[in-house]
Order: sequence, then structure tokens, then C-alpha cells
Amino acid sequence: MARTLMKGNEALAEAAIRGGCTHFFGYPITPQNEIPEYLARELPKHGGVYLQAESEVAAIHMVYGASASGGRVMTSSSSPGIALMQEGLSVIAAAQLPCVIVNVQRAGPGIGGIQPAQADYYQMTRGGGNGDYRIPSLAPATIQESVEMMHEAFEIAEHYRTPVYIVSDGMLGQMMEPVEFKKRKLRSAPKKDWAAVGHGGKREPLVVKTMSLVPEILEENNRKLQEKYRLIEESEYQYERFRTEQAEIVLVAYGSTSRIVKDSIELMAKAGIKAGLIRPRTLWPFPVQPFTRLKPFCKQIVCVEMNNGQMIDDVRLAVGDRFPVTFYGRTGGVIPTPAEISEHVKELLKRG
Amino acid sequence: MSGIFTKTRGLKEQVTHYCPGCTHGIIHRLVAEVLVELNVLGNTIGCASVGCSILSYNYLNVDMIESAHGRAPAVATGAKRVHPDKVVFTYQGDGDLASIGTAEIIHAAHRSENITVVFVNNAIYGMTGGQMAPTTLLGQKTTTAPEGRDASHCGSPLRISEMFAQIPGASYIARVSVHSPKQVRRARKAIKKAFEYQLKGRGFSMIEVLSTCPTGWGLSPIEALKWLDENMIPYYPLGVYKSLEDD
Amino acid sequence: MAKEIKGIVSIAIDRCKGCGLCTVACPLDLLKLSETTLNAYGYHPVQIERMDECIGCGNCFQMCPDYAITVERVVYEGEWYGQNIDERQ
Repeated sequence: MARTLMKGNEALAEAAIRGGCTHFFGYPITPQNEIPEYLARELPKHGGVYLQAESEVAAIHMVYGASASGGRVMTSSSSPGIALMQEGLSVIAAAQLPCVIVNVQRAGPGIGGIQPAQADYYQMTRGGGNGDYRIPSLAPATIQESVEMMHEAFEIAEHYRTPVYIVSDGMLGQMMEPVEFKKRKLRSAPKKDWAAVGHGGKREPLVVKTMSLVPEILEENNRKLQEKYRLIEESEYQYERFRTEQAEIVLVAYGSTSRIVKDSIELMAKAGIKAGLIRPRTLWPFPVQPFTRLKPFCKQIVCVEMNNGQMIDDVRLAVGDRFPVTFYGRTGGVIPTPAEISEHVKELLKRG
Repeated sequence: MSGIFTKTRGLKEQVTHYCPGCTHGIIHRLVAEVLVELNVLGNTIGCASVGCSILSYNYLNVDMIESAHGRAPAVATGAKRVHPDKVVFTYQGDGDLASIGTAEIIHAAHRSENITVVFVNNAIYGMTGGQMAPTTLLGQKTTTAPEGRDASHCGSPLRISEMFAQIPGASYIARVSVHSPKQVRRARKAIKKAFEYQLKGRGFSMIEVLSTCPTGWGLSPIEALKWLDENMIPYYPLGVYKSLEDD
Repeated sequence: MAKEIKGIVSIAIDRCKGCGLCTVACPLDLLKLSETTLNAYGYHPVQIERMDECIGCGNCFQMCPDYAITVERVVYEGEWYGQNIDERQ
């Protein structure tokens, strides 16, 4: 397929179809409505099922039921809707079922605003719902990357039997960019012999469940989950390094913010400042490697987010006490400009 | 005329955890018998809900999906949309269906999801120790309404079958009871009818089964049967509340 | 030929929780909770007192929530244990 200009949300939806999505259950919320709208129109043409649920709560449980019975299923929402889905996500993670969730982040807390933000970092990487679990979170920065990550998301979900987030935001969702859907062979999905499909009289009935009233059994279930998360941490982290080799100040940003930071790095370069960017492409597992490999050129790290400082916790964990880490952010839906980031860095360097 | 009344193969061997005299056991048996009779036991996916009956998956001989409190109709919707050819049912108590799950059950009926819902109404929250349910009767004493339910404080009980009769997508809605052998036999017929509706693709079916909770009500099992008859039936009349025209 | 329907009731003692629902279901009052026997769970299981009077209606089976009761319904034609059914009825 040739390069085509598409809105971020719609490109994600198209990518889901090409990624083999069979079922979508969702609920309207700004700024992601193009995703259900596109899928309502296109998914049935490819033999898939689109269903609008009565709420995000219902939607995520439909996802659970469809995944538990073997479907290749996804949903999408935005921050307050994702909050409603936490109960279902905890259940899906605990039951070890695959699914993909798109979060087109908007400003919070509460009903908040409809403009872009990155204030769900904690909600997505720290479980979000009850209990110990993690959800692999893929964070694209361009629409092309969104499309590729959407394909990956289904594969990671089915391979590890886990929910997977696509971390988007209002800007990435609403903007239009050229995108190419490369012909991609779908990795054959593992056999779902754990799915509740009816025993056919040929085997013992199986149960998809998460409750265990015997503490030792529940602890063992937890241990298995944690073992899986260790595996994912070892192999699924992704990141990009931009001009970090000689950088005296390294910025950390993901998603839309990372593009603004890249522009600010260009501005700083013109002012003779050597700045670089570490861009996590997965929020969980958080890429620790680029931080452990930072050269001593680097004097300090600035974490730039569209929130009040969430990813900075992970940056500090990765960096330890080797470099000072400070924060710059805008929130409420305000989008920082390259100039203001560049000015901020200049201030920091002046203060020494 | 000869024959044998014995435990159906639709039930596992496991002795249930239900209290002595709890009629969940009877209702499980009816569902199991019907699934065997309709020859769909191997093609069925059940959705267990949160309540005493969450452990129904230890007793019913079908693949099951455990659902969070109130969400079984949504879970069933997900499963049915993936497997429209399989029999999908939910088994829910009154807290699950009539309290936390009202949105999910109403919308499943509204969409006329081709599933069958077994709604067990015992006018109380059994599993959690006997708290008030949306179906608790006026004046009935429960642990969270110790003086008896007072309409001016927390409203009157919900009549689910009557409500659902008005939903266009609801195809077969009936209320039955299991407090006597005669009613048990009628309940079985209604449950079978409901599953037949599903097999014929006729939309959403729900059987509300009035049930006892001796422990929650503070009565002996036999007294509980009587209490159901004298108190629940007048407020929750038995009958078919909705069926399709040509039925 | 005259027919008589009789029932043979067997009780799985270790499934019975002594709830008593079967005792009120039986139209002939044939079932009673034992006052002396205790099963493995500590319940008093039910016993059938006069099996020869059982008509195999199955009401006890219908009301048992624990599947502890099996009722075999047998149709006797002409004779029941050497007795002429016409004379019995």
C-alpha cells in the first residue's frame, strides 16, 4: 500500500485490522472516537465484529469474555475511560489473557480536559488496578511508529498472554501524517488450548478464573505472573537514543513530547549546547539500558513530560545517584514548545 | 413410565459448598439437566458471577469464565460474539444482577444478546454475610438494614422480570420458584424454554428463580421454603412476563 | 393388566447435609432425618422409613440440593412381590 495521509487514530484502527483484530468493544470518549468510528465502518468488512458497549466498564469485560474464549480482541479509550477499565484489566492480567488497549491520553485528573497530556504514566505502568501485575506499554512517537507498534502489540499480547497498551495522546491521535502499511506476515498465534470454547465432550471442562481462596495457590499464581514479567522485562524493552554520544545534558521524553524535545535539541545545538534525548519506546518494561550506558560527558538529566512528573521516578530508579535528574513539564493540556524547553535548559546550565 | 431419577452428567461429582437447604443446588441441577437434554453440554460456555455461586464452575460440567461482580452479561456478550454458535449463559445472584450489574444486564437485554441468564433472587446478599440486596423485601431484616428495609430510606425492592418485560430486545422473561417439587418442575420447563430460545436464535432470555437463603434469613431450610412462599411470591409473582408473539 | 409404580430410593449419606427439604417434599412422609447417625460432614443424613410404600414420584429427588437421592421408578404389572395388584388397589 502506498504512503497515505492519515489521522493518527484512524491509522491505529487500520493497523489493528491488518494486525488480525477480530473483535473491538469500546465506548466513545474524546479524543479517540475516530478509532471506534473507523472500526465500526471497516472491521465488519474484514469479517470482524465491532460492538459499542454501554460503558468502558462493560467494554473491558466484553474484551475479557472475548479473549477468554479465544478472540483477538482490542479496545480503545482515553484517560478517564482507562480509569474505569482498571478492574477489568486487573482481571485480564490475572487470567493471563491477551488483548490490546489503546490509551489516547488527555489531561486530568478527574474529567480534566480533552487536550493532550501524558498523565497516565503511573496508571499504565504501575498496574492501575488492584494487585500485582504489569502491562507492557508501547509508546510510539509518530503515526508510522503507532502502526508498527499496533502490529507488535497483538503479537506480544498473544505470545505472553498479557494485555498490552498502545500509549498515544490527543496530539498523536488527532494529527495527520503520511503512513505506510507495509505488508507484514502475521506471526502465527500460539494455540489457545486455555480458551473456554466448550469441551465438546472430549476433555475435562476448563475454567478461566482469577479467584483463589487458598493463599498458597494464589501466591503460586502470582509467582508465575512475576516470572512472566521478568521474561518480558528482559526482552521487550525498546528505546531510541538521539545525539546522546557527546551530550552534556540528556533529556528524557516519550511520545509527542519527544518530538518537541528533538526540536528543542536542534535549537540548543544552534546555541552551542550539546543536548541529547533518550526516548523510551516502551514505558513498561522501562528501558534501563540506555541510562546505565550514559557516558560521563553527561552532567545532568532532565525528564520532560506532559504531566507533573511520573516517568521521572523510573528515570531516577534507572540512573541511581550517578547523575542529577530534574523535571520539566506542562500539564492541563498545555503543550510545551521547543523554545521554552530550550530556554529552560539554558537556565539550568547557567545555574550550574 | 419406569426410569431413574439420578444426578445428571451435567454436574460434576464435587459436593457443593452451599449451605444445607440452599436452593442453588437445585437450580444448578436444572440447568445441567437441560443442557444435557438439549444435547449442548459440550458446546456451552457458562459465565459464573460473584456471589455464593461463583464456585458454580466446580459443579457444572461445562467450560466456564469467572466474571467480576455484575459483569457477567458483558463477559457473556464477549464470548457469544466470538462464538455465536455456542450456548452462552450467565448465572447471577441478585447483588450481581440487580445492584452492581444493572447496566450490563439491561444492555445485554437491550441488544437482545442471544444468551440465557439464570437470575437467582433470594432477596439478600448471601456470600458476604446477609446484607440488604436490591431485592430485599420491605420490613425484611438484614445485617445492613437491621430494623428492616425502610422504603423512605433506601427505596423499595426491584422487580426485575417486570422491568425487563418492557425491553424490546428481551425475548423470553419468566419468573419461577424452587420452593416445592411442583415449582421445581415448572422452573425446569422455563429454563429449558429459555435455552431453546437461544438455540433458535430468538434473542435474550432470562429466568428469574426465587430461591431461599436459610443462613441469611436466619431460618431453617424448611422454614425458609415457607417464608419464600408467604413473603416473596406475593411481591414477586410467578409467571411468564415476556415471550415472542408466536410462542 | 393392573399396574403399580413403586420407587426404590437410595441415599448417598456423605452427600446429604441434613437440610430436610426432601422430608417435606415426600407426599407420604417416608423420609426422616436420622436422629442418631452422623455422616462425615457432621450432618444427620436422611433415611427412608417405609420403602415399600414409596411410589417413586421423585419429589425428594427434585428438592434435594445436594444430589444425594436417587429414585428408581419401577413399574410392576399384575403382581408386586407375589401380591396381586388388583387386590392391593
